[in-house]
Amino acid sequence: MSVLLIAEHNNKELKPFTLNAISAASQINEAVHVLVLGSNSDSVAKSISEVPNVKKVIHVNNKLYENYLAENYSSAVIKFAESYSHIVCSANTFGKNLMPRIAALLDVSQVSDITKVISEDTFLRPIYAGNAFATVKSTDKIKCVTIRPTSFDPAPTSGGSAEIINGDPGDQIELSRFIKKEEIKSDRPELGTARVVVSGGRGMQSGENFKLITAVADKLNAAIGASRAAVDAGYITNDHQVGQTGKVVVPDLYIAVGISGAIQHLAGMKESKVIVAINKDGEAPIFSVADYGLEADLFEALPKFLEELNKLNTIQK
Amino acid sequence: MKILVAVKRVIDYNVQIRVKEDGSGVVTDNVKMSTNPPDDNAIEEAVKIKEAGKASEVVAVSVGEEKAQETVRKALAVGADRGILVKADGSIEPLAVSKILQKIVEKEKPDLVFMGKQAIDDDCNQTGQMLAALLNWPQATFASKIEVKDKSLEVTREIDEGLETIEVNVPAIVTCDLRLNEPRYASLPNIMKAKKKPIEQIMASDLGVDTKPRIEQIKVEEPPKRKAGIKVASVEELVQKLKNEAKVI
Repeated sequence: MSVLLIAEHNNKELKPFTLNAISAASQINEAVHVLVLGSNSDSVAKSISEVPNVKKVIHVNNKLYENYLAENYSSAVIKFAESYSHIVCSANTFGKNLMPRIAALLDVSQVSDITKVISEDTFLRPIYAGNAFATVKSTDKIKCVTIRPTSFDPAPTSGGSAEIINGDPGDQIELSRFIKKEEIKSDRPELGTARVVVSGGRGMQSGENFKLITAVADKLNAAIGASRAAVDAGYITNDHQVGQTGKVVVPDLYIAVGISGAIQHLAGMKESKVIVAINKDGEAPIFSVADYGLEADLFEALPKFLEELNKLNTIQK
Repeated sequence: MKILVAVKRVIDYNVQIRVKEDGSGVVTDNVKMSTNPPDDNAIEEAVKIKEAGKASEVVAVSVGEEKAQETVRKALAVGADRGILVKADGSIEPLAVSKILQKIVEKEKPDLVFMGKQAIDDDCNQTGQMLAALLNWPQATFASKIEVKDKSLEVTREIDEGLETIEVNVPAIVTCDLRLNEPRYASLPNIMKAKKKPIEQIMASDLGVDTKPRIEQIKVEEPPKRKAGIKVASVEELVQKLKNEAKVI
């Protein structure tokens, strides 16, 4: 039996985390088939067919799938499900919204947000905001699994030539309508995949002060993150939130500025390779996970940090 | 319009959990328990809609052991009209919870079902979507804004790229984000009043739902510990360490 992976894309391009999910899928079983539900999405199907780990691409090209409406998406997926042992996708807001609906329609108990494939039916997943890890074994005939993308390397994107077949759409379900998407475009690296992340918390005191973060991030070619407190206070938009219910990031370098380090924030960043904390409260819990802690007023430390970075001859990008 | 709100009793979000030595789970004895945080937002939103005259009744439901009654009682103290406790012991997977809630929906016939987007204990993020599938209702997940229209809801959803707005027909399931609203505190008089509000008790086994786990929990472990870091004395030292020791810049 093969694995069916549901691709995330914008009808033109594949979303990068689909490649991480493909890696995880091929650890479950080498026969990975990818389902592309889209509208005018030929270019997406083609680019997936070039991923060497992919054995077959099923492309359902229909107006119904122009936007991700879980009702229509799940109705299409279950038509293909019976021929597969596993249905997988990324555990980001796309997969979190979609997969449980598919699982319930198939009467399957879903395994969410896995960080490791132990065997075809056994997986490792974080619980309690990553403060514990559970090894779980699914006993359902079809297994519905979502994958924490940052726990798997992205699959290579060229060299393959999988067959692309056209699939039939599912039933049209008129329960919901897409109205609009407010997407924040930026030239910066994406938060989920950036090599360096600079994050600000409540200690930033205002949205205006985030320019101090931006300046350092520019210098390091970093993505900008934030704690929930900073987003709630309106300093920065929600797509920057790192944490248990925000994004999980695993950069080479994570710089937490004015972030106290609540359990919920640590859940989103403590797997980072090197963690720096800048906080004036020496007792802040963020220091317990930091490789390098600097107890200092961020309003003095950040400009000084930028000044020191400017003195370096080279900076890794 | 009637709103059913599902609430879950979980270990309080401020508690640093401990893994049991035998690897069978986490320690829950003598640990502070509370309502799952985004479930508080779900109750708050339902009560606000009722206060705005757009809903006639708010019913809080919880699935769990006897003590989950406290969680239902808390919902009553912040404005829910009555409660339902579906008693079930042991660990119940989201699929089974959604099947139980399906039975409650069939009995109560609400127009809307609200709940938190994710429980902070198992971090599954499944129940709302599963219930929507079982009922063949639309789902609006991760809601940070809800506008009640004539026969639909307009919901703003928090997604990775930013915000998305969708319209869903009523009846609908909405799962709530922490940014949906600011949950109120229960006042002492309201806590006293809540003691008189009815809580119906139902046994999960009487609903004819199979709650047997489909996922076997093999073991629970502590995460690998990070090695202790150091405090640096100055920005210069920090930059020097990052450049020459960690080699990340």
